[in-house]
Amino acid sequence: MARKAFDQELQDLEERLQEMGRMVEEALVASVQALKHRDLEMARQIIDADHKVNDARFEIEYETLVVIARQQPMAVDLRTLASVLEIATELERIGDYAKGIGKITIRMGTEPFVKPLIDIPRMAEKARNLLHRALQAFFKRDVELARSIPREDDEMDALYNQIYRDLTAYIIADPALVNRASYLIWVAHNLERAADRVVNICERVIFTVTGEVVEFDDDRDKI
Amino acid sequence: MEKVRVEHLDFYYGSHLALSGISIPIQGRQITALIGPSGCGKSTFLRCLNRMNDTIRGTRVSGKVLLDGQDIYDPKTDVIELRKRVGMVFQRPNCFPQSIFNNVAFGPRVLGRGDRNELARVVEESLRSAVLWDEVKDKLNQDALSLSLGQQQRLCIARTIAVKPEVVLMDEPCSALDPIATLQIEELMRSLKTSYTIVIVTHNMQQAARVSDFTGFFWMGELVEFDVTKSIFTVPTQKLTEDYITGRAG
Repeated sequence: MARKAFDQELQDLEERLQEMGRMVEEALVASVQALKHRDLEMARQIIDADHKVNDARFEIEYETLVVIARQQPMAVDLRTLASVLEIATELERIGDYAKGIGKITIRMGTEPFVKPLIDIPRMAEKARNLLHRALQAFFKRDVELARSIPREDDEMDALYNQIYRDLTAYIIADPALVNRASYLIWVAHNLERAADRVVNICERVIFTVTGEVVEFDDDRDKI
Repeated sequence: MEKVRVEHLDFYYGSHLALSGISIPIQGRQITALIGPSGCGKSTFLRCLNRMNDTIRGTRVSGKVLLDGQDIYDPKTDVIELRKRVGMVFQRPNCFPQSIFNNVAFGPRVLGRGDRNELARVVEESLRSAVLWDEVKDKLNQDALSLSLGQQQRLCIARTIAVKPEVVLMDEPCSALDPIATLQIEELMRSLKTSYTIVIVTHNMQQAARVSDFTGFFWMGELVEFDVTKSIFTVPTQKLTEDYITGRAG
């Protein structure tokens, strides 16, 4: 079969992207675990480990540019490589959100939560699950899976809105809680943004396979 | 605006159907590239556009090739005049074994322009258009065959445009040239398209992607897909096109 070497290079790139995705999924869940258990050491490790995610992104970017320059890909190959670049960027940003949660954990120190952490860990697990499935949709070129995931982003938005309302109510009732409540709002916001990045990945999957540019809009019915 | 329109063209070498049902619009002052594997009929099709296939015994055409709305296969067509309007550059530079000046002046002389000053003006203008003037202006009487292959090809282009064609057909014009000469010819094509309609056959897909505005993909005598070049090379609609341009077919 023609282009064996090129196909191998594409596969190598996707394996790098898989590994980067795995790192980011772990960081997302671990960051909220560290917060829940007030594990400041774990939070510091998550912050330090973010540089590995950044390094992975730059390595993928470089290798992708090398493949483009050397192999002069066309059509689906070109779209795939463009999507690899975009998805690596999205993963790097999700990694930043995990790092941000780690920083909040350290800032909060041992201050008690204004309310038990129930919805935030649910959001973290949901975000991880959405990310995992979106990446699988890319690696398997599964357009139907990619189209279905953005609908579930609605649940994340609903969770975030609920958390925001609840914590805002706490602040109104007792303004002294503003810092502790705001930190948790920020954590929820990071997880909600991570899910938005997952939707972007789904859009790239559809573009890769079909060439169609779609935009899943928060404000309209999901496709 | 369309300069050439091909409608349901069939072409036969004897009883062999080499081209089947080709319909394609060639836009004026744009570059249209024809790609496809060896033997798919690209060059045969190109030669249909100025009836060069007439010189091959046993060939037959059906369908229409409309140049500015007039069918060039109408029996009343003046084929000599046609080939003035639709010029051709070939794969291997084929300069005449004469001086650089006489190579370019040949066509205008045949068309009756004998005035020395007029010829000198046409030769300079054509060589400038072919981005060759600065390299040869001090040696116009030199043998054309003493030039490098890249220069010879540009000379052939100058010779073609000296008779002021409307369409320039190029059959793999760079395949005998080194990469630098190739890029020079590609730059020349881009500048020429402001004045001429260009149709190029090329084996080099990257070249087609670089220089052309429209691309037609041929396969076994049929036109599989025709579209703006950026679409052909990013989101082709036909699987066979995609397989070919990604190197997985042909």
